[in-house]
Amino acid sequence: MKAMTYRGPYKIRVDRKPDPVIAHPNDAIVRVELASICGSDLHLYHGMMPDTRIGHTFGHEFIGRVEEVGSSVQNLKPGDRVMVPFNIYCGSCFFCARGLYSNCHNVNANATAIGGIYGYSHSTGGFDGGQAELVRVPFADVGPQVIPDDIASEDALLLTDAFSTGYFGSQLADIVEGDTVVVLGAGPVGLAAARSCWLMGAGRVIVVDHLDYRLEKARAFAFAETVHFGQVDDIVLTLKKMTDGLGADSVIDAVGAEADGHVVQHVTAAKLKLQGGSPIALNWAIDAVRKGGTISVMGAYGPLFSAVKVGDAMNKGLTIRANQAPVKRQWPRLLEHIRAGHIAPRELITHRFDLDDIAEGYHVFSSKLDGIVKPVITFGA
Amino acid sequence: MPYTADKPGHTPDPDDLRRRIPGWGADLDPADRPAFPREQPGIDTGAHWRVPEQQPHGAGRERSLEHERLTPVFGTAQPLHGLSGLIRRVAYAHYSEGQTPHWMLLILGDRVESAGAHVRSLFSRRPDDPVTQSGVFGERGRHPIASRFGRGRVDVKHAWLDPVLVVGPWVAAAVVVFRIARAAAVPASRR
Repeated sequence: MKAMTYRGPYKIRVDRKPDPVIAHPNDAIVRVELASICGSDLHLYHGMMPDTRIGHTFGHEFIGRVEEVGSSVQNLKPGDRVMVPFNIYCGSCFFCARGLYSNCHNVNANATAIGGIYGYSHSTGGFDGGQAELVRVPFADVGPQVIPDDIASEDALLLTDAFSTGYFGSQLADIVEGDTVVVLGAGPVGLAAARSCWLMGAGRVIVVDHLDYRLEKARAFAFAETVHFGQVDDIVLTLKKMTDGLGADSVIDAVGAEADGHVVQHVTAAKLKLQGGSPIALNWAIDAVRKGGTISVMGAYGPLFSAVKVGDAMNKGLTIRANQAPVKRQWPRLLEHIRAGHIAPRELITHRFDLDDIAEGYHVFSSKLDGIVKPVITFGA
Repeated sequence: MPYTADKPGHTPDPDDLRRRIPGWGADLDPADRPAFPREQPGIDTGAHWRVPEQQPHGAGRERSLEHERLTPVFGTAQPLHGLSGLIRRVAYAHYSEGQTPHWMLLILGDRVESAGAHVRSLFSRRPDDPVTQSGVFGERGRHPIASRFGRGRVDVKHAWLDPVLVVGPWVAAAVVVFRIARAAAVPASRR
């Protein structure tokens, strides 16, 4: 099969690899129809995630058709069109039994601190991902779901991570009616989170970024007020003034490890890999939220330490809530929202690249060229 | 403005928000929020086992010290090999996830594997090509200048580092190879 493969930081290519095989009785093999590049894939691409091995195939956002199932699979059959959550999880361990699918204890041999994720290094289990023609899907009776006939393929694709994660992030923000929420980052997850804050009854939603075209998207797609942090002297002070000195009731960090806005922090983390991630967004969140407020962390960080302002968080009495999204838990409600016309996740998609051109897709996405927000990977005609 | 018990500023009108924003307040009741409460004992996951069957062929597969056994399912994507595999195996066998050397060794293993793979590729039928693999041809027709400049992007300040990070190791390796070759070919007295 053809698959995207990692060749070292900033370098990928398309290789021929052996087709994946059923390695466990509850596996399925899925032929990928659509995949996408997630902002967090860029952390892998930039060499920031420990134990990212040469030859690894990225991709944790994909939909496709079931090609083959293992002997114990009951809920899927060959030919089914499925959306696959980015979480790989068993459905039966202590964590899964409580709905914490992203924290499964039974799938990631390489670490207990995180569950299993497709195509996200060996730190999340060493499973090749969906930026390939075929992919192994473990626990096929638990994760994947048949795509309902009335749901567009690209909406389903965006529910496998980006939109579900944004929706989850807005829930972790503990929003009550009339709250002011600041969303740091106008990438796909930030935009989805901003849009979702309104579903929770927010009174104001303010999106912060330094890319003008994404702020424009935040205004059009997420009905948000926006701040270009490159055009203000002090982003925290600006946000404080916008909230009458109080600070926001909640702040959502939808940026993560490669946050910009402070050259030293960014370079030591994103370029020199001396921190587990650039803590700029997290520190802005701590400083910009009101005392007693809530911070929702959706941005992905590496496992190493980062220079986070813990003292401020303690003194302000903050609640910090974080997790990888347990994606499938979000789906029933999100499908209702799509059907009701409340959201259309596919509106986030701006670019399409064929698998053969995926290196260019990564470069354009990483360099933020051409107004890119969400790139999708297609698989020939 | 004096500090009082009231929330300062304008209170948004829910009717206006409902009119303006599709779905406003649809999940106002926490009961409509799928992530509430965070833990939901008894949730139906679709699993029809109490303990999953063990995936075979796991002998020798590295695992975190914090796992008491190899997980029932594990990735088989890129098994450990060579010097990088040795480094990574030390990380997994001797350091728990809470220890910095665990992660630093894994990162070291990444860099060692990356360098080795590039060298090996030079002797293969498909050597690494740092130009096409960087995706830089994606710049064509995608407004590389207009996308970057005059828009207040703060990452432009350090963007010059990216090509250094991509090309730098190749240049450094070429210098090392040249020096070694020169040392081998030319006697010290004639250098």
